[in-house]
Amino acid sequence: MAKLELQNLTKAYSRDIVPVKKLNLAVEDNEFLTLVGPSGCGKSTILRLIAGLDQPTEGRVMIGDRDVSPLPPGDRNIAMVFQSYALYPHMTVRDNVASGLKMRHLPAGDIQKRVQEVSGVLGLDPLLDRKPAKLSGGQRQRVALARALVRNPDVFLLDEPLSNLDALLREQVRADLKQIFEDQKSPIVYVTHDQTEAMTLSTKVAVLSEGHLQQLGHPHDIYKTPANRFVASFIGSPQMNLFPLSRSGNDVALGDFRLPLPGGVQAASVILGIRPEHLRLPQEGDAHIVSGNVFLVENLGMHDLVSLKVQGDPSLTLRALISADASWSKENLKLALPPESIHWFDGETEQRLK
Amino acid sequence: MLTTLQNAYQYALENSDRVFTALQQHLLLVAVPLAIGLVVGLPLGWWSARSRLVSTVMLNTFNALRVIPSLAVLFLAVPFLGLSFWSAVLALTLLVMPPILISTDVAFRNISPAIREAATGMGMPPGDILKTVELPLALPVVIAGIKTATVEVIASATLAAFVGAGGLGAFIVLGFAVYDPAILLVGALPVALLALLAEVGLSAVQRAAQPPGVRQPL
Ligand SMILES: Nc1ncnc2c1ncn2[C@@H]1O[C@H](COP(=O)(O)OP(=O)(O)O)[C@@H](O)[C@H]1O
Ligand SMILES: [Mg+2]
Repeated sequence: MAKLELQNLTKAYSRDIVPVKKLNLAVEDNEFLTLVGPSGCGKSTILRLIAGLDQPTEGRVMIGDRDVSPLPPGDRNIAMVFQSYALYPHMTVRDNVASGLKMRHLPAGDIQKRVQEVSGVLGLDPLLDRKPAKLSGGQRQRVALARALVRNPDVFLLDEPLSNLDALLREQVRADLKQIFEDQKSPIVYVTHDQTEAMTLSTKVAVLSEGHLQQLGHPHDIYKTPANRFVASFIGSPQMNLFPLSRSGNDVALGDFRLPLPGGVQAASVILGIRPEHLRLPQEGDAHIVSGNVFLVENLGMHDLVSLKVQGDPSLTLRALISADASWSKENLKLALPPESIHWFDGETEQRLK
Repeated sequence: MLTTLQNAYQYALENSDRVFTALQQHLLLVAVPLAIGLVVGLPLGWWSARSRLVSTVMLNTFNALRVIPSLAVLFLAVPFLGLSFWSAVLALTLLVMPPILISTDVAFRNISPAIREAATGMGMPPGDILKTVELPLALPVVIAGIKTATVEVIASATLAAFVGAGGLGAFIVLGFAVYDPAILLVGALPVALLALLAEVGLSAVQRAAQPPGVRQPL
């Protein structure tokens, strides 16, 4: 078991394409790190650098206390699960799973035993003699997983392993994944563009954008205190309401409504953020209330997602999650903004204001 | 027609030792170019699948050579190698090269890079990847190329008679010369039979190499 560390990792394909920029990250044993970010932000490239499928332009990959950057993939003891699964089409499930062990020159009996163990855990026993072409998407996914698990690697790398599954299956396999990897000691690096996967699976989330690490932290912290506007808008569903506002004195104006800035804020312009789930129908004693006309109601089952135009500035759209049981009027709906749920960001730097 | 066949049979019986020698020569004219083609073409095809430059140079060269008729190559070789077995071998080798080379190139090129990468990422050494992943996946298409080459060379080896290299073509040349279709058949029938045998046999090998459920183009 070993810690994985990325030091100053940089990858440039050309002068303009630099998908990974001076990345520093550490993943300890028993940690499940998820790299999350929009498509093209360099997630797969990071995994390929860790696996040794690509060479970094700068920086190092450390496993344990060993610098593995100059080593070929075979000497890194890594297991990888790919988005396309990339199973060997000419081999049976059994041979696909065993392939991860063959190069270790273990006795055949040991290999079979290990394959049996893993296939038991993943429920592959009835499929062992089939070829991948005869498997469903979900089954192929499990074979790819088994091929990685069987190796007992120092580091697990998973590149969007659920994105080829349909929505229903994805949810189920996500839960399975969580259970399976809870028993694994080795550090796990999981790549996804889906923030739900990131939030549910990980002990640590790294939010990436354009090759830069935006924030690293526990999923809860990232949700609760996003470090900047990008993280605020990327994490959380439905998306956080974000309003760039200019200050007047110690207040900002949101349409017709004035909200006080927190003490000590110097910035000339700010961005106010509030999550739809934190807006609520006003109660006794709520200080900050805005209102507006509702123009869209989306029924999400337990909640209604309500969109309204803020009174005084119809260009501002506020979205709120309101319990489906609550009663409210579409005309001039009043909503409270609990001060502890408001996020403030600098209008220039887009960084969180404290 | 029937009498021609009977005459041919008669002629073959009377000249059985000559027919047998010609068959041996013919098989040699097939085997030697094919062997050279495999030893050179398979590695070159594998190489050209990995390198754009090699592939461009190689495929263009052989496609250009393909335009020259075998008969022309045969006669072009004569000034250098004389009226001999080796002139024929040279011409026939140039003939078998393109199908072997191109099919090997295509076979390896069509292996999904994701599969190769999965193997690499899982720590498989390059030699093992070639042996356990790439070769089995490439094999059916490579065999298809070898089949094409074999059938072509069996048919074209008849031309070797024109440069005095013998083979079953000698009977065809003779048959034309003396206007005897029976003698012509003694050469032509075994050639057709050999070609058919190669086609059927290698098709079976190709099917055996094709793992069930794996579709390869071609
Ligand atoms: N081999 C390559 N050559 C040039 N550019 C590449 C290569 N691989 C990836 N890129 C570019 O690097 C960027 C990041 O890609 P990738 O890491 O695959 O993103 P993600 O996995 O986050 O969607 C993309 O803009 C992509 O086009
Ligand atoms: Mg990717």
